[in-house]
Amino acid sequence: MTGPFRARGGGRIDRSRILRFTFDGRAFTGHPGDTLASALTAAGVRLLARSFKYHRPRGLVSAGVDEPNALVTVIRDAGRTTPNLAATEVELYDGLKAISQNRWPSLRFDVSALNDLFAPLFVSGFYYKTFMWPKSFWAKLFEPVIRATAGFGRAPTAPDPDTYARVHDHCDVLVIGAGPAGLAAALAAAVAGAKVILCDQDPEFGGALLGDPTAKIDGRPADDWVAETVAALAETPRVRLLRRTAAFGWYQHGLVGLIEKVTDHLADPDPALPREVMHLVRARRVVLAAGAIERPLVFPDNDRPGVMTASAARCCLCRHGVAVGSRVVLFTAVDDAYHAAIELAAAGVIVERVVDLRPDGGPMTAAARAAGLAVETGATIDRVFGRTAVTAVEIGRIGADGRVAPGPTVACDVLLTSGGWTPSIHLFSQARGSVVWDETRGVFLPGRSVEPVRAAGACNGTAGLADCLDEGWAAGADAARTAGGGEVSPRRFVATGTSIAIGGFLGEVPHAGDPDRARAFVDFQHDVTAKDIRLAVREGFRSIEHVKRYTTTGMATDQGKTSNLNALAIAAEAAGKPIPEVGLTTFRRPWTPVSFGAFAGGNRGDLFDPIRPTPAHASAVGAGAVFEDVGQWKRARVFPRSGESEAAATTREVRTVRETVGLFDASTLGKLEIVGPDAATFLDRIYVDPLAKLAVGRCRYAVMTRDDGFVFDDGIVARLAPDRFHVTTTTGGAARVANLIEDFLQTEWPDLDVWATSVTEQWAVMALQGPKAREVLAPLVEGLDLSGAAFPHMSVAECRVAGVPARLFRVSFTGELGFEVNVPAGHGEALFRLLADRVAAVGGAPYGTDAMHVLRAEKGYLVVGQDTDGTLTPADVGLGRSVGRGKPDFVGKAGLARADLADPDRRGLVGLSVADPNVVLVEGAQLTADADPKPGTSALGFVTSAYFSPTLGRGIALAVVAGGRTRIGTTVHVPMPGGSIAATVVSPVFFDPEGRRLHV
Amino acid sequence: MLLVPCPWCGPRPEIEFVAAGEAGIARPAPDADPAALAEALYFRSNTKGLLAERWRHVHGCGRFFVAVRDTVSDRFAGSWPPGVPHPSPAELAAGEAER
Ligand SMILES: [Zn+2]
Repeated sequence: MTGPFRARGGGRIDRSRILRFTFDGRAFTGHPGDTLASALTAAGVRLLARSFKYHRPRGLVSAGVDEPNALVTVIRDAGRTTPNLAATEVELYDGLKAISQNRWPSLRFDVSALNDLFAPLFVSGFYYKTFMWPKSFWAKLFEPVIRATAGFGRAPTAPDPDTYARVHDHCDVLVIGAGPAGLAAALAAAVAGAKVILCDQDPEFGGALLGDPTAKIDGRPADDWVAETVAALAETPRVRLLRRTAAFGWYQHGLVGLIEKVTDHLADPDPALPREVMHLVRARRVVLAAGAIERPLVFPDNDRPGVMTASAARCCLCRHGVAVGSRVVLFTAVDDAYHAAIELAAAGVIVERVVDLRPDGGPMTAAARAAGLAVETGATIDRVFGRTAVTAVEIGRIGADGRVAPGPTVACDVLLTSGGWTPSIHLFSQARGSVVWDETRGVFLPGRSVEPVRAAGACNGTAGLADCLDEGWAAGADAARTAGGGEVSPRRFVATGTSIAIGGFLGEVPHAGDPDRARAFVDFQHDVTAKDIRLAVREGFRSIEHVKRYTTTGMATDQGKTSNLNALAIAAEAAGKPIPEVGLTTFRRPWTPVSFGAFAGGNRGDLFDPIRPTPAHASAVGAGAVFEDVGQWKRARVFPRSGESEAAATTREVRTVRETVGLFDASTLGKLEIVGPDAATFLDRIYVDPLAKLAVGRCRYAVMTRDDGFVFDDGIVARLAPDRFHVTTTTGGAARVANLIEDFLQTEWPDLDVWATSVTEQWAVMALQGPKAREVLAPLVEGLDLSGAAFPHMSVAECRVAGVPARLFRVSFTGELGFEVNVPAGHGEALFRLLADRVAAVGGAPYGTDAMHVLRAEKGYLVVGQDTDGTLTPADVGLGRSVGRGKPDFVGKAGLARADLADPDRRGLVGLSVADPNVVLVEGAQLTADADPKPGTSALGFVTSAYFSPTLGRGIALAVVAGGRTRIGTTVHVPMPGGSIAATVVSPVFFDPEGRRLHV
Repeated sequence: MLLVPCPWCGPRPEIEFVAAGEAGIARPAPDADPAALAEALYFRSNTKGLLAERWRHVHGCGRFFVAVRDTVSDRFAGSWPPGVPHPSPAELAAGEAER
C-alpha cells in the first residue's frame, strides 16, 4: 500500500506501478495517476506549507488549480527548479523531488511562526501603518526582514536550460474545458465539420465526470462515455485535442493564449521536447466551458491542516483512490457536498457528523440520514482544535434569533466544507464580457460580450449534468454554424449524476467566536481574514478594488479563485450595501501562473533581438573593433590596438583624422532613393531647406521637422539626376523618416508622381576623412576628377571605385576633407579592406563612433536626438537661416510661424568651456545661473554632449541654454555632487570656424 | 491582439500595423493662426465609442488607410483607403442602431 490512507479500490491510478518521490527529503511512494497532493495525502501528510504572512501551518484546501495553500517547489536541478506550484497540479513521476516553502528551518518547526503571535501587527494595510518610523529603518531593517519571512518560493539560481515553443494556430471553434459541457460542445462542433481545438488544463479529459460513481450518460457510466467521446473526437480529422493545456488569457478578437505543459510530468523527458508550448489561437468562435470552483466556508481557524473542500475529498477518492482522513466531519451550506460524505462512508471512512448550515437542511439531508449519517441542521462550526492537524471541531447551534450557542465537540481528523460553487467566469470577463449578478443563486454569471464567446455548463451557472451536456451541445453547434461551418441537429442527453450547487452561502458564517478576534480566513494564500476586510471597510474603503489592494485579498498567485466572492460578501455586509453595488474586482490575465520562459519562447540569447551587422562587420572585427549597439545595428565604437586603452585609442583616432586620414564605416546611415518627375517638388516640401533648385551633382545638408516645426531628423540630400535623389537620414531615424515620407506621399500629396524606396541595406558606405583622403581615394576612382575645383565640397557623382559602380559624395561630418563612398552592399567588405590598407600606408587608421562624436562636436555638428529633444526648432540649433521661408508650403511651415518661437529667451544650442582644461562636463547635467542655487530653482538648460577634445587639448561641451547664443560670453554653473562647475558660454563651433579645412 | 482590417490585405494581426492617430484631421494650413495650429497639432476627440483612425500596414502592403473602431470594444466597423469617402462614425453608429 502506498500510504495508510490509500483506499482499497477505486481511483484512476495504476496500482501495478510504484513511483518513488521525496518531500522535504522524506521518501514516499505513489502511483501513476497520483498528484503530489494525493500521494502525500495517501501517506497521511497533512502539513504541506506555511502561510504567507503569519506562517500558520497549512494543508490542502482543494484538488485543482484553485489550491491556495499547498504551494511547493519542484527541483530537478539548479536551472530546473520551479517554485510556487500547487501540489494538486504536480503530477507524480518516479524520482520527483519537492520541498515546502516559506519556512525555516523546517516545515514543522518554523521560527517565523512567531508572526502569528504578532498578528495584530499584520492587519490590513500593515505595511502602510506599522513600519513607517524611523524612516531609515524601513529600507535597512523592516523591508529585508519582511521580504525574507513573508513570501513564496525562491527563483532558480541557474539559467533555465529548457526550451519553450510558440505555436500560432487558427480554428473555427475553440472549446475551453473538457468537462461534460466542453466535451459535448466539441462533439457537436466536430460533427458539424468545424475545425475544433479542445483544451483542458488537466492531464485527462472529463472534468468532474472523472471517477464520479454517481454519473451516468445515455445509460453508460460517465467514465465510459468520456472515453468513447474522447476517442471519437481523436478520430475526427479536423479536431485537435490539447491536454495539460490551460487557457490563460483572452486577448482581443478571438485570440486566446493557451499554455501546454509538455514535459513537467515526465520522469526523464526527451531533451528535444520543449518544456512548454504557448499556443496563440485565433478562434472564430469560443465555447467557454471552464466549470466552477467550490468555495470554502469562512469560520474561525478554518485554515487548519485537514480543513478542505468537499470536492477535494471526492476528487482524492474518485480519481486518486485516496481517503483524505479516517474520521470526517462535513460542514456544508449546500446539497451536493453530501455526496462526499456518503462516498467516504462507503469507502470505510467514519463520517462523524454532517453539519448543515441551513435551518432545515436540503433534499439530501433525508437521504444522508437514511444512509445512516448523523446530520445536524441549523448548525455551524465555532472552533477548530489542533494546530498542525485538525483534532476536533466544536459544533455551534444557530438559534431562531441568529445567535449561536456552543454545542458538542466532535473528534475528527478532517473537516470538509462547502459553501457552494462559483462559476469560473474569469476568461469571459477577460473577453470584456459583462458579468451579471444572479440574486437567486448568489453568483455572478456571464452576460454579454463583444467577443465571439459563449459560456456553457457550470461556468454559465448551469448545475445539472444533463443540462450541462445539452447546453454544451447547443453551444458547440451554434459556434460551428456561426463560424461558417455546417449544421448539426439538436440533441438531448439522458443523464443522471451529481448536480453541483451553483450559489450557496457567501461570506463569514455565524459562529459563537468573537468577530473581532476570530481568525476566519477568506484568502488563505495572502492570509486575509474576515475581520481584515471589515477593518478596511471601517477605515473608509468602499470600492471592492480598493478593499482588494488594501487587504491584498485575491492578489496572490491563485488570484482569489476560492476567496473573491466571500471577500466581496463580507465587504458588502460591512458597508451595508447589496453585493452588486460593491462590485466585482477585475479578472486579470493570466488564469493560472505562466512561466516567463513560455512568454519568452524562442526569443532568448542570440535570438532575443535581430542583429544588423554592416557589410564590413567581419573586417572591423578583424581590425580589433569594440562595438556598440545602436538600435539593432552593431557599430564599431573604437579600434584599440594591443595594450591601448579605449580612451587612448579614441584620442589617437581623432588625431589621425585631423593629421592624416581616417576610415569610417557609415553604412548604418538611413538611405532613401526618391525618384519621379515630382521628386524635387516633394523634397522641397518635406525638408525645411529649399531643395527645388538643388543642382544635379550637388548635395545639401537638410533638416526635417514635423508640422509642429521641431527638428525631427537631418541628413544629406543629393541630386543624381533631375528626377532622382539619394537622401540620407540618421541611423536611428531611418524608419520613422521613411514612414513620414510614405505618409505624405500616400495621404497628403497623392497627386505628386514620386516613389520613395528605402535603400539603407543596399549600399555600404565607407567614409574617408582627413587631409590625405583624396590621396588615398583618387587612384581608385575611374571617370571622375576629384580635384577641389572639379569636385568641390558637397558634390555627388556616380562613378566606379576600385572597379565597382559607386555613388561618391564629397561630404564631411568631421570638418576635414571628406568623401563617402557608397558601393553595393556586397562589395562593402572588400572596399573596407582595400581602403584600410591604403589608409594605413599613409599613416592613417580606421576610427569608430567615439572618435566620430568627438570630431563632430569639435565642429559643433549636432546629433538629432542627442543635442535636440523634440522641442527645438532649426533656429534654436543655429540653422534658422537654412529654412526656406519663401516656400509656399513645407512640413513645419505653419509651426515655425508661431510668434512665441521668436522669444529671445528660448533655449538654444551653444558651446560650453570650462577654465580647467581637464574637466569634462557630464552629459545631462543641469545649468543654473547661480553657483549655489536654492532648491526649487529652475534650470537654464542642460549639457547635451561632452567630450575631451584631443585637438584642442581640453574638455568641450554642447548644451542647450535659455537665450541660446545671446548668452555667449556669460558664465553659467553646472551643479554637481562635488560642487558647482563654472562654465563660459561659447560658440558651439570649437575648431576651424571658417571651415578652411573643408574646402581644399 | 487586434485583427486589423486592411482594405487591401483583409484582416491581419495587429503586430503588422502601426497606428497613425485620429483620422480626418486636416494638416495645418501654412498660414494657420495659433488657435487653428493648436487644434490641428494637439487636440484630439478622445472619443468613447466609434472613432475613425489612421493605420499603416507597415509590415504588409505598406499602405495607410482609415478604419473606424469602437474604442470601448475594439470592434472595427469598417476600413477604407485614404481619400475614399466613408460614412462618419456617427452615421455608422446610427446604421448599426437601426439594425
Ligand atoms: Zn495591407
